[in-house]
Amino acid sequence: MALYSEKVMDHFRNPRNVGVIEDANGIGEVGNAKCGDIMKMYLKIEDEIIKDVKFETFGCGSAIASSSMATELIKGQPLSEAMKLTNKAVAEALDGLPDYKMHCSVLAEEAIKSAIDDYNSRK
Amino acid sequence: MIYADNAATTRMSEAAINTMVKVMNENFGNPSSLYVVGQKAKEILENARSEVAKVINADTREIIFTSGGSEADNQAIRTAAALGAKNGKKHIISTAFEHHAVLHTLKRLEEEGFEVTLLDVHENGLVVPEELEAAIREDTCLVTVMFANNEIGTIQPIRKIGEICRKHGVLFHTDAVQAIGHVPVDVEADNIDMLSASAHKFHGPKGVGFLYVKKGIRITNLIEGGAQERGRRAGTENVPGIASMAVALKEAYDNLDQNAEYVKTRRDRLISGLKKIPHSAINGDETNRLPGNVNFCFEGIEGESLLLLLDDKGIQASSGSACTSGSLDPSHVLLAIGRVHDVAHGSLRLSIDESITDSDVDEIIAKVAEVVEYLRGFSPIWRDLTEGKKQFIL
Repeated sequence: MALYSEKVMDHFRNPRNVGVIEDANGIGEVGNAKCGDIMKMYLKIEDEIIKDVKFETFGCGSAIASSSMATELIKGQPLSEAMKLTNKAVAEALDGLPDYKMHCSVLAEEAIKSAIDDYNSRK
Repeated sequence: MIYADNAATTRMSEAAINTMVKVMNENFGNPSSLYVVGQKAKEILENARSEVAKVINADTREIIFTSGGSEADNQAIRTAAALGAKNGKKHIISTAFEHHAVLHTLKRLEEEGFEVTLLDVHENGLVVPEELEAAIREDTCLVTVMFANNEIGTIQPIRKIGEICRKHGVLFHTDAVQAIGHVPVDVEADNIDMLSASAHKFHGPKGVGFLYVKKGIRITNLIEGGAQERGRRAGTENVPGIASMAVALKEAYDNLDQNAEYVKTRRDRLISGLKKIPHSAINGDETNRLPGNVNFCFEGIEGESLLLLLDDKGIQASSGSACTSGSLDPSHVLLAIGRVHDVAHGSLRLSIDESITDSDVDEIIAKVAEVVEYLRGFSPIWRDLTEGKKQFIL
């Protein structure tokens, strides 16, 4: 048995939406280096729709995969939908995470919400 | 595939495998049985015991076969604790970077009323003998210091530590799991009272090891129920495993000097190659370490993703990051040598053996450099470091 599902490994090996959006209008960073995970989300929001999203992550395989999956789940979605993203949805979309790695999906949810909060605060 | 995780476990040698299979095929008897089949098994067992004893310069009666290093550590510490308690001595000295088989046993003893002093292992990962001597008290019943560290490979001044313990009449145990088969070990010359070893770290089988206990020390049993091992460890002996371990151990010591020289040369090549990766640092003393151990921290990345990507590229290694330990804290060993959390998460241990070639080493260097650069490419910490928002530590 492998440590991670095929889906996790796919998103870890080929992360989607990696990088920076120079003119992002919502940026969120969560986690800390002490615990070994930091996620940074960049959003480009137009007409209350997430036109583009990119991420940078310092962390383990499941942290990178969770970031990648979370970006896929919200890209092109209206803000109202993106706000409903849960860590459970991220983990499920990855065909599950080991119990002790569930916090990675929590970080992904928090990173996106923090970026949306940032967008709302700039309005 | 380049297997570079020999500190986790080793591939069994051909001779060790052949011995194990041969014993399983030809000598299935129980060494406690009186008929010939049983006595043949007994003979194999005792031959293995004298082989093991000879290698570390012990007497055959001083060797107890166990299920491995952890059991041996537990039994050694329990033995010293029981003797100490009898004389009202309930203080134990150890180090902050012992294996958990030692640390967790000590934790248990603390709950039972013992006091434990953990010595500093400093930035270089070495115990200072004078500090050990200063820590010894009237009520100290045991000093337990590992021969060589399992993560960073630093080799402790064992002979000197043993000498100090003798001078003060304190029992000295060493967890030699990583050292046995890789560096010379002589329990007499090194002043060792108890020593733990595990076969699978020197190309022997898993689930078998031994404990050396110097004559005259009254041993505490962990497993009751039979007269095996002269009443000190109940349970029918793992005869094929023990025979196989003895063969692997003899092989390791027959070739010790040439293997150590060969591996050390590749280790140093690996170290000098990895040092060229910017903002990296070796963990533990650079030369006073096991011939096959290399351990680095790379700033701005996390160890688990590093080792998973290396695995994809055919290199097996390990890391002391929190994510590989299942907790939020990185390796207690790296913290003990003063690495801060941020940096300790980005550690990589490569432990090589005599099967490695120069081109393997060069491949490891190239691939580690490639993966580190890739991961830094989308690490928010690395961005902060390179943009000057955070100070580099390494």
